Amino acid sequence: MNIDSLPARPRPTPTEESQGYWQALREHRLAFQQCADCGKLRHYPRPMCDACWSMKSIWFESSGQGTVVSWTVAHHPFHLAFKSQTPYALVTVELEDGVRMHAPWRGTVESLTLDLPVRVVFEGVEDGLTLPAFVAA
Amino acid sequence: MSLHRSGVISGVGETRYSKVSGKSVLALHLEASLAAISDAGLSPKDIDGVIPYAGLGTIAEDYVINFGIEDLRFSAHTPLGGASPIAAVQCALAAVSSGICRHVLIPLARNGSSGGRISSLMEEAPQFRAVGEFELPIGAFAPAQLYAPMARRHMELYGTTSQHFAEVAVTTRQHAILNGRAMMTKPMTLDDHQASRMIADPLRLFDCSLESDGGAALVVSRADCARDLRQPPITVLGIAEGHPDSPTAITQRADLVHIGLDKAAPRAFAMAGVSHDDIDVAEIYDCFTYVVIRQLEALGFCARGEGGPFVASGALRLDGALPNNTHGGLLSQAHIGGLNHIVELVRQLRGEAGAAQVKEAKVGLVTGYGDMGDGSIAIMARA
Repeated sequence: MNIDSLPARPRPTPTEESQGYWQALREHRLAFQQCADCGKLRHYPRPMCDACWSMKSIWFESSGQGTVVSWTVAHHPFHLAFKSQTPYALVTVELEDGVRMHAPWRGTVESLTLDLPVRVVFEGVEDGLTLPAFVAA
Repeated sequence: MSLHRSGVISGVGETRYSKVSGKSVLALHLEASLAAISDAGLSPKDIDGVIPYAGLGTIAEDYVINFGIEDLRFSAHTPLGGASPIAAVQCALAAVSSGICRHVLIPLARNGSSGGRISSLMEEAPQFRAVGEFELPIGAFAPAQLYAPMARRHMELYGTTSQHFAEVAVTTRQHAILNGRAMMTKPMTLDDHQASRMIADPLRLFDCSLESDGGAALVVSRADCARDLRQPPITVLGIAEGHPDSPTAITQRADLVHIGLDKAAPRAFAMAGVSHDDIDVAEIYDCFTYVVIRQLEALGFCARGEGGPFVASGALRLDGALPNNTHGGLLSQAHIGGLNHIVELVRQLRGEAGAAQVKEAKVGLVTGYGDMGDGSIAIMARA
């Protein structure tokens, strides 16, 4: 089994905890899980707050503003569905709300530096699937 | 109570390492296991504990039915990716020293070249669930891509360079050429490294480990059951596993370059009761060149951020301050999940390492690194 032979773009399989995140993206909103008891934000979505062990959560709407923590540029076509896009950059972003995201970079690689201010954008890539990406703020 | 000197490595074994084994993964596991059991001077029926590598398709029962084991008393899994083999040794030491069993087999074999690549396992394994849902869909597939942002941040913060990575690759290749069992035997220069194609910036092809077919295995024995065996027993002075903060997603880690070994290394050194100057030889898990540099810092051989200049000093060479990956590592010998690193350390401490033997190697360490930065470490010496 070689991943290069799998042609379909990998799609997320939302869980009970994460479906609110994916639904918000479809509505061009960025939403993170927030503990309904102590208020702590968390990402990626999961059942329990690690600060107070509450299993109740609500959705916090993020500003989508943040700064660059790191990045990488994929040159090797790791997956057939992304072959035509290589080389493509992915950025790790610290949002001002305190959680992290990893998403495609829509800008030049040369412009990337640590702590560069960025903001989220929303890209409809396939039926029912909207993914985040980042541009310079 | 501690695992200090609580048990020994009594036997080690390997299959041939190749691009196409032509054998099943189970057959490779059994072949490597037989070699380790025979090296120890044991019979397969003496094995009463087994820790199969989680996710490579073999289970404890496979060893029962193939070896004819009549009373298997212990089995476990230690699913820490490339940190698993040393975590398995820790688990085995706990089992033998508490009297559950006497001889624990730890095998690891793969058709990693001719069969499934690690990247193809990622969509299925539970430890990759978060990455699978949130990072695969945006185009992050392979370990090279997941670790590259750690390397990039290290470079930006500390001035680490691709030339530093090259020093690790070139030194490791030199050792592979001396090994005799390595897949890669062609000399590599710093320029060869710099000319190799970019895979996931900043990681080039020669920063990446091999994909290999083959297997390795070892036997952990209770100390009093190994005194009359075939080989001089190698005792474990200190051992630990460490799980990084945010262990299922590197991107969510507050300190992006933090790894599990940052937690495990001080515990293992404290248990061993040795200092860094006492370490004669090291076998540091090398799935990528950068990962060696960061582990050297986590181990305390240099300060955080100084791993690049440390390797550039030539410290890792056979005649350097810390001869490392004397078998050629995952980068140039074979990717056997780091079990081949333990095999090499045992051979070094027995004085059986051939052309890459470190003179008077009395104390050595081996590390493992896996999944999203899980870490493990063992410090060993001739018993």
